[in-house]
Amino acid sequence: MSNQSKNKTEVILKIDNLESYYGPIVAIRGVSLEVREGQIVTVLGANGAGKTTLLKTISGVMDPEKGTISFLGNQIQGQEPDRVVRSGIVHVPEGREIFPILSVAENIELGAYTKSDKASIAADLEMVYSYFPILKERRSQAAGTLSGGQQQMLAIGRGLMSRPKLMLLDEPSLGLSPLLTQEIFEIIRRLNQEQKVTMMLVEQNAKVALNAADYGYVMELGRIVMEDEAETLNNSKDVQEFYLGVNQEENQRGQKRWKQRKTWR
Amino acid sequence: MDFIQLLASGLANGCVYGLIALGFVLIYKATEAVNFAQGDFMMLGAFICVGFANEDFLGWSFWTAVPLSIFFMSVFGYLFNWGVLRHMFGRSQTAIVILTIALGFILRFAAGTIWSHEPVSLETPYAGKDVSFGGVVLGIDEILGVIVTIILTISLFIFFSKTKLGLAMQAASQNQLAAYYMGIPVKRIQSMVWGLSGAVAAVAGILFASKGAIDPSAGLLGIKAFAAAAIGGFGSLPGALLGGLIIGIVEPLSSRYAPPGVSQIAPYAILLVVLIFRPGGIFSQTQKKKV
Repeated sequence: MSNQSKNKTEVILKIDNLESYYGPIVAIRGVSLEVREGQIVTVLGANGAGKTTLLKTISGVMDPEKGTISFLGNQIQGQEPDRVVRSGIVHVPEGREIFPILSVAENIELGAYTKSDKASIAADLEMVYSYFPILKERRSQAAGTLSGGQQQMLAIGRGLMSRPKLMLLDEPSLGLSPLLTQEIFEIIRRLNQEQKVTMMLVEQNAKVALNAADYGYVMELGRIVMEDEAETLNNSKDVQEFYLGVNQEENQRGQKRWKQRKTWR
Repeated sequence: MDFIQLLASGLANGCVYGLIALGFVLIYKATEAVNFAQGDFMMLGAFICVGFANEDFLGWSFWTAVPLSIFFMSVFGYLFNWGVLRHMFGRSQTAIVILTIALGFILRFAAGTIWSHEPVSLETPYAGKDVSFGGVVLGIDEILGVIVTIILTISLFIFFSKTKLGLAMQAASQNQLAAYYMGIPVKRIQSMVWGLSGAVAAVAGILFASKGAIDPSAGLLGIKAFAAAAIGGFGSLPGALLGGLIIGIVEPLSSRYAPPGVSQIAPYAILLVVLIFRPGGIFSQTQKKKV
């Protein structure tokens, strides 16, 4: 397996042999991966592959049973979530977990809970509004009244307020129309380039994720089964077939390939 | 005239119920647990103040005793969550309910042992003084109770809507997981909410004990306040106060104008009616999550 990046930057997140359990059930078993500074790294996989658990374990909401997570050289596994946020990782959860009865502006300001410099918080607020003008328009409205796409924008904008070096994005396309998905991913790309936020992106929608990402991992049943440059993954037969839904021609024995075993097993 | 007199004293009682109900709701919203010892928190706050201020005990100045006992109760609430409840995390609701009921018993008997089971009243500088407004006679203690409740409500409102800590408390109660993701130390915030509701209980207790006698079983008043909180809609702070006021006003009016016994049933009868016709309470705050 190659672990090369075209323009090699520093590894800021390094996960080694991580194992997490839900009670007695293993959710991720021995996951190792690296995220380099400035990259968009995506983790693909079907429902129940352990992608969300992986993110939850990084952000400290779940504690790992084994393994290490080092971020900027410090080991952060098993720390309380507020310390992880202070160290520069923010988790934008799946399903747009916002504070429904608070206003949009209050939601965004709570993203800066770990910050205390008022001037820079105000500047960050303007920055968030410049990426999501609709949030500025709706700032005094209760967040629960926003549409799904706007709530996703709010969740990302709120995450930005902690000035993260690494943003963990869990299924940003969940439940959004293809058009809105494009829009959100465009903003994710812009944030990555303009604000220098490294992104770790978990997606079921492999197509948009691979288009945006530099590097990708494929997870299945709690393990990483494949990793490569996003472009290479995009062209790989296995990924095309099992995650991108590209039809393959029937082979000489008259079987569709989906009846066969994946090559990584 | 009779009616207005009853209304005014009912209002003063209602403020005490409302403040205890406020304590219920604060804790329920922040931690999704119901503190059945809230009434006993009120009783304990009152007895601590009695212990500091009354001549039979320490006999300190009333104005030092009040802030001291409020402070003591908030520390007590904080430590109870920090030292006991936090370790029950993940257990069933029933376990937490039983734990708080047990705490109520412990506090009741502890208070009885320290301050005896005889009713005492708090010695205040304004005890027994009245003001008369065109035939309606009001005790200073009653007027003070209403004023303190109003001030406390306004300052709580400002605290929750304007300060960072208050917003974080709201956030932690609306979506605990998201609050974690934002780096809000949810566990510490929950302990602070327990501290806050301990302080509110102490204020209620001081108001109660300065209006009349208090004994260690006064905490059973908490059941009435629980009804008040449910009438208001268990997740709403203004609802809790309103529920308290309704019960406070209905009690003296029904004991004056209705057959004997009705006044004891009235709070629960109202609760029943509210639950039938508006199950979420008067100010129900339920919202569905968008998918």
